[in-house]
Amino acid sequence: MISNKKRTDARSDILFPIIGFIALLLAISFMITLIIDILIDGFIKLKDPSFYTSYPSRFPEKAGILSGWVGTLLVMAGAVFWSLLIGIPAGIYLEEYATKRGIIGKIETIIELNINNLAAVPAIIYGLLALGIFIYRFKLGESILTAGLTLSILMLPVIVVNTREAIRRIPRDIREGAYAVGATKWDTVRDHILPYSLGGILTGLIIAASRAIGETAPLVTIGALTFIAFLPPSPFTSEFPFISLDKIWSVLMSPFTVLPIQIFNWVSRPQADFQINAAAAGFVLLLLTVLMNALAYYFRQKVRRKYIW
Amino acid sequence: MFGTLTFKRALDKIMLAVFFTAGFITIFITVGIVYVLLSDSIEFFKEVSIIEFLTEKEWTPVFATKKFGIWPLVAGTFLIAGIAVAVSIPLGLIIAIYLSEYASTRVKEIVKPTIEFLEAIPTVVYGYFTLLFVTPLLQKVVPELEAFNSLAPGIVLGFMILPYTASMAEDAMKGVPQRIREASYALGATKLRTAVTIVLPAAISGVVAGFILGASRAIGETMVVAIAAGMYPNLTIDPREPIQTMTGYIVQVALGDLPFGSIEYLSIFAVGLALFIIAFIFNSIALWLRTKIREAY
Repeated sequence: MISNKKRTDARSDILFPIIGFIALLLAISFMITLIIDILIDGFIKLKDPSFYTSYPSRFPEKAGILSGWVGTLLVMAGAVFWSLLIGIPAGIYLEEYATKRGIIGKIETIIELNINNLAAVPAIIYGLLALGIFIYRFKLGESILTAGLTLSILMLPVIVVNTREAIRRIPRDIREGAYAVGATKWDTVRDHILPYSLGGILTGLIIAASRAIGETAPLVTIGALTFIAFLPPSPFTSEFPFISLDKIWSVLMSPFTVLPIQIFNWVSRPQADFQINAAAAGFVLLLLTVLMNALAYYFRQKVRRKYIW
Repeated sequence: MFGTLTFKRALDKIMLAVFFTAGFITIFITVGIVYVLLSDSIEFFKEVSIIEFLTEKEWTPVFATKKFGIWPLVAGTFLIAGIAVAVSIPLGLIIAIYLSEYASTRVKEIVKPTIEFLEAIPTVVYGYFTLLFVTPLLQKVVPELEAFNSLAPGIVLGFMILPYTASMAEDAMKGVPQRIREASYALGATKLRTAVTIVLPAAISGVVAGFILGASRAIGETMVVAIAAGMYPNLTIDPREPIQTMTGYIVQVALGDLPFGSIEYLSIFAVGLALFIIAFIFNSIALWLRTKIREAY
């Protein structure tokens, strides 16, 4: 009886690694199939240079992603701007300044809980927030500004977590050393904490941006248009100072489309030719995501090698 | 000299205020979400009774006789999330045990980032893949599978949430102290027996937290279901039929032109509120489970 059980145990111990490896292969081949599938489907369009320089069109063979990738670039620039302004400083505050004492300490706990909860809110809820608040109550319009704000809210939890982790890795000695020679908190943060954690913070920013760049749902609810056959006006002028605030404002208020929205629109169309466009644009978007993740990975390794405490 | 010192101290205070303000502003995001969901839902419930919302079995906001019963949407959402979880838990658990107990460090170093990349693939790309690759493939095996169905999106979401069900479960199992394993080996248990009867129970709250977060992610996922599950509110458990999820409905309405304050506009906030509450419950359970692990060791 006992030996029987032992034998089953021994046999399943040989069998399980094989099953485990097959499960792993299944997951990875799923991903590879997806990538190859959209590459093959979109290949004709991907190798056609005019695909990248044409506006969307009623005719699938003429349609391109110019307004899509320009829109994506502008919206992401906005999202990164707001993240630098709010997300990263919020992370620095929670890790470096928060003392968790007194009334301020209670507020700090609320901020922390709140950011943890935001990480788990479905993306489309942020779309409703943007629709209800930014568009209908603040009247910011279905604009690049609204989209950038919305995506930066989506990026916030990832950025805060990564900023905090990067700062947490810096040993206490560094801070004590700075204080000992008379540095204020801000001196310490500016001269030590920020430089040493910059790599980690940027990694977090890139990872967050790589998630946001593929987000579709929250931008659908704020009414990103799919048929945009023009680019936002250029903010540059020929006279000094070569850039005008009015024009920057009109860029921010400009209606837009982004790559994921363009893909969603093309997938939803019945004609097979549009689906080729969807696959091609999907591959471009996927490639951007891969590149950003690879960059973040490279950064992370580099930082780990640079600062060994 | 004193001037610069005063300046330094003032600057220090100013920077403290700047950083605090940045942190404080983030509270308004949650306040904004709760405010907008509640206030527009209240407007909605002035026109549609909350009893109808919770008891009516049909969701027909665009028909002449409008009916607002949320159950078809909730059922659709949970049907797809259920299929996703049914695919993802066995697969994720096997991968987690394999990675944490059997795989070499080198394999892990390559495999973990790869699995975590499943989360980073844009969901609209998953949607394309589901509609034009997975569904046609399944139609060869599953009889009467319609072009829009809940089976294919469910399966694809099952893979998409592997970073939670496999990767997070593996993290939890890795956290079990090595000495507990050694004790089990010393008693003559094989690796698999140790993994299943010792390591897994010890890590169970973390593993389950991963499963719940995965399920919550599947419930909130939007684009895959909007593209591949159909736009048809359907109170069914048949995974071959087209359905509509809560997120899918929000997208469908948002694609049209929304006059502010119209009943359709308000209805997406009521659906959003229900979705928000469901996600909140799931995440609270997961969070509670994860604090339990910290207590154990």
